[in-house]
Amino acid sequence: MEKELIPDAALVSNYIKGDESALAVLIERHKQKIYSFIFSKVYDRDITEDVFQDTFIKVIKTLKRGKYNEEGKFLPWVMRIAHNLVIDHFRKNSRMPKFDNAGEFSIFSVLSDSSLNAEKSMIKDQVESDVRRIIEELPEDQKQVLLMRMYNDMSFKEISERTGVSINTALGRMRYALINMRKVIEQNNIVLTN
Amino acid sequence: MAKLYSNPSPKNDKLLPKDETISYLLNYSKALSVISYNKLKFEALLN
Repeated sequence: MEKELIPDAALVSNYIKGDESALAVLIERHKQKIYSFIFSKVYDRDITEDVFQDTFIKVIKTLKRGKYNEEGKFLPWVMRIAHNLVIDHFRKNSRMPKFDNAGEFSIFSVLSDSSLNAEKSMIKDQVESDVRRIIEELPEDQKQVLLMRMYNDMSFKEISERTGVSINTALGRMRYALINMRKVIEQNNIVLTN
Repeated sequence: MAKLYSNPSPKNDKLLPKDETISYLLNYSKALSVISYNKLKFEALLN
């Protein structure tokens, strides 16, 4: 309890003078704050442990080299080192922190956001309207079959009954409709991918 | 009675470094000595 009363600055100066036990007191005093701070950024126990260790290795080196100047407080200085090391970690891995539910199983591995983002949904609208325009260019009989098949989801049997042609004719019209659409797309260099 | 299949999430209230990490750091500190020679500083790890 007595050691609790010794301010950080005095402990740091004792440590620089060679009192190794002062470091133990400093780590004991601040370990929880520093560890939680790192964990709040990386959400991973092992990485937190590594960053925590690297932080204090840096602290020890700086203090032993006599490069520490008591401008500010000890804890904010250590926090800044930890913060920089966290940034280094993410730079090295070039990814953002991912939230892990602290177990083997992560809910995000089964859940995914299938909805399109703003850009992709704009592209999708554009592609769909391009396709519609190309369909409008088709000869009437081919257009009719294609619309019934693709947009009304009718079978070729239903289409043949509705249009009064044989199934083979309906199939043939569908085939030509697709061939003609491909031609138009190629000729005009239309990109229809999302 | 409906069965609950979800596992209770482990509590993270004890956010503390491992004892091994602390003891490694203290031993590292004891082993590290910085030797000054003129204006140069050399680190030496004595195990």
